[in-house]
Amino acid sequence: MAKVFIYPGTSLILSDLVSRFGHRPLGSALAVRERVQTPGLDSPPLQITPEDPKKGLRYAAVEVPSGVRGRMSLYGPQIEEADAGIIVRDADLAFGCMGCARTNELVRFLLRRREIPLLELDYPHSDEEGIRFVAAIKEFLSGLPGGVPA
Amino acid sequence: MSEAAAAGSAPTHAGVGPGTVAKYVFVDSPELTAADLALRAYEIAPAVQIKETCFGLVIAGAEAEVDRLVAEIRKFDPDRIFVKDRGFPPGDERRCRANLGGARPGFYGHENEMRLVRYVSSGLRALRDPKKADLLRAKPKREEEPLSPERLSAIIEES
Repeated sequence: MAKVFIYPGTSLILSDLVSRFGHRPLGSALAVRERVQTPGLDSPPLQITPEDPKKGLRYAAVEVPSGVRGRMSLYGPQIEEADAGIIVRDADLAFGCMGCARTNELVRFLLRRREIPLLELDYPHSDEEGIRFVAAIKEFLSGLPGGVPA
Repeated sequence: MSEAAAAGSAPTHAGVGPGTVAKYVFVDSPELTAADLALRAYEIAPAVQIKETCFGLVIAGAEAEVDRLVAEIRKFDPDRIFVKDRGFPPGDERRCRANLGGARPGFYGHENEMRLVRYVSSGLRALRDPKKADLLRAKPKREEEPLSPERLSAIIEES
């Protein structure tokens, strides 16, 4: 079973397909869960403590908006942990404020720089695109360690 | 800071303890409603916390139990049931719309993707016919693809 970073990190479709084909999707939910389940912290809404932006400094300089560093403290360790990645290029749902936009750019950059197996594709908008989308993801995931042969 | 957290004791929210997981279950099937799914889920895993929602379920509990439940409920309609991890447990006041007002944070993202899952369902169905999947993957992408008579007839039959 490989750890596959999904972009956008909140994607239902990618999370489902990765776990359906036998791998572990790494996304926002797991990072948030880790913070929610850590006892002794109570800093709503996301249990982000002053330690998190410090972790984010590893990925973004101090003059970068603190929102980017805060987000990178969630995504950065997951990118380092990932064995592979799937990026959806036309993900409108990843749209957000400048902090989200810069974090998204940085996440994609870091994934490409790590030189792990990476699949980039667009969301399907027809049945035929859906068939291509699912077939491409299945083929990609089958090639990863522990994947089910296509 | 809450009293429990200040005292360094267990988390203040049910189902938040280490080792528990929460997941969303989305159902986009003409043959299965969220209510049906909730009833069947209760039968399969009584120890798992199950919340019925407009789109499906939110389930929370021990990881092994939740994974077993997910594997079982996927069997009811494998191509049209989608599962995703969730950070917060069901009903958490930091996320539940009953406390916040307006749509739950994350709702719009799910709404956006739920418009596309029907195409993913088609892709999953086609996986059982590898030749068709291979053929379509090799086919060049077109900008506008008209609705085929076969697909129109399939939609009519489904509804």
